Amino acid sequence: MSELVSQVLATLAAILLGVAGIAGLFLGLDFLVGLLPQRLQPRVRPWAYIGPALLILGFYLVYPTLQTLYLSFFDAKSEQFVGLQNYLWTLTSPEMRIAFRNNLLWIVLMTTFSVGLGLVIAVLVDRVRYEPLAKSVIFLPMAISFVGASVIWRFVYAYKPANVPQIGLLNAVIVALGERPMGWLVDTAVNNFALIAVGIWLQTGFCMVILSAALKAIPREILEAARVDGASEWRIFWQITVPMIGSTVAVVATTVIINALKAFDIVFVMTNGTRGTEVIANRMYKEMFSFLNFGRASAIAVILLLAIVPVMAANIRRFQAQEEIR
Amino acid sequence: MSIVRQVLARFSLHLAIIGLCLLWLLPTVGLLVSSFRPKDAVFATGWWAVFQFPLDFSQFRLDNYIQVLTAQGLGRAFLNSLTIVIPSTVIPITIAAFAGYAFAWMNFPGRQVLFVIVVGLLVVPLQMTLIPLLRIYNQVGLSGTFLGIWLAHTGYGLPFAVYLLRNFFGSLPKDLFEAAYLDGASPLTAFTRLALPLSVPSLASLAIFQFIWVWNDLLVALIYLGGTEKVAPLTLRLSAMVQSLGQDWHLLTAAAFVSMAVPLLVFFALQRYFVRGILAGSVKG
Repeated sequence: MSELVSQVLATLAAILLGVAGIAGLFLGLDFLVGLLPQRLQPRVRPWAYIGPALLILGFYLVYPTLQTLYLSFFDAKSEQFVGLQNYLWTLTSPEMRIAFRNNLLWIVLMTTFSVGLGLVIAVLVDRVRYEPLAKSVIFLPMAISFVGASVIWRFVYAYKPANVPQIGLLNAVIVALGERPMGWLVDTAVNNFALIAVGIWLQTGFCMVILSAALKAIPREILEAARVDGASEWRIFWQITVPMIGSTVAVVATTVIINALKAFDIVFVMTNGTRGTEVIANRMYKEMFSFLNFGRASAIAVILLLAIVPVMAANIRRFQAQEEIR
Repeated sequence: MSIVRQVLARFSLHLAIIGLCLLWLLPTVGLLVSSFRPKDAVFATGWWAVFQFPLDFSQFRLDNYIQVLTAQGLGRAFLNSLTIVIPSTVIPITIAAFAGYAFAWMNFPGRQVLFVIVVGLLVVPLQMTLIPLLRIYNQVGLSGTFLGIWLAHTGYGLPFAVYLLRNFFGSLPKDLFEAAYLDGASPLTAFTRLALPLSVPSLASLAIFQFIWVWNDLLVALIYLGGTEKVAPLTLRLSAMVQSLGQDWHLLTAAAFVSMAVPLLVFFALQRYFVRGILAGSVKG
């Protein structure tokens, strides 16, 4: 019991220290600026305000990114320059080829199904009165960690031999349908799909909420006019709704693609990349911690970054376009 | 359209929605139900068996929770998660609020260029930063410490927080600040008494987003806290239990629910801010 009390106290002390420390830092900086001659203050104060942010961004993002780029041209222990060897391994080794194939599967399937289902659900719930409740149910998994979701779904996929009662929901269903139970995470024909399904379950709610907002922004008059003209709901959906929410679909799809590219937790917890389920981010973790090959791990990270650079460029361009309007 | 067809269409619409909702809920319901069932029952029958006797509450126990919280060390992990998440939310938002305010309302050379860099950093994958930072952390003794992970989450959360708050502060009317300065307010007063109170909804959404992100994070904790059990958060402990317990579903389900309880509570209590935070945060890398 006393151990618990001391831990609670330590927790509180740590929280207070962290929170008070940061408040004190800014009050102190502002106070110091106030001591300067009046004339200098407006020139110095902005740097006191953005200084801590710039320092942290520089230390935690800019410097390590450049350093990783540099390390990717060196050997496992970062001692010997090896040119493009790590990249050659990354792009040609059988392990990485499986990872690339799987990430491609993740990108295609998770994006198609999350966005597709999200759109279908958004259109359907728009027509019923319990819309908020239905949306909450679909959005709920967004509150659950990937690790928590992995446990939930490992239980859904649980396998027992055919002669005893199944305790996993999915095998119980297929046994009830007269099939044999399957090892969903072990069978190489289905295990990647089983993992991606977890990702879809987590991401669909996010797509649905954003697409639903876009749907509601379509002026009612346009839809009414089309209905009066006798257009079918099907035609309205494809010829009015879809074109009008096209740009939102693109943004949502980009987000899901990035998430699929960086998929890690689900694979790490559920299979750790065994039996042909490896993905890029999990392989990078293995190279870093299990094999201590920092050259290869860095090269894998750079490949991830390169894949995301177009999105980065698009973000910056969109931001600059917005600024011109302001 | 005839009445019959219309009724049929309504019926299939409700059927489709309810079917999808059930599909989305059942995995979580199964977890929750199993976490309260005794070990033998969990292994003998599927969790849906409890609905044969829905009013028989003797089939539910708290044993699994007691065991994971004490013997499995989840109680400590829960406190560790709290110790990690609160400063990891407050620190980046405070730093970002000052920076966002300066970006929005102060003049200094390089303002545009620096902010474009922040926008670029939004989507940098964490993986690009892990190796160099871990090396530095090991050299200076920051790995396996709360301070180390607070700062790491601050670094990773900052680009998005600065981006969001700068845009929000920038959308406040200019006259407001001019009036305050005419009345003799200092920049700090204008910021704390004017800008901050007006942005409570944005700050709340941002705080919830960062809170959930840190609470649910596995990768950052895995790298910078590693195997140090003394400081391991729930996600780390839970993923270690999956490796070590494997098929002990009565314990794994209870442990998973312990790790999900706080985010679910936040979700139900603050749903509006929660949804806004998640949506705004979708640009984050």
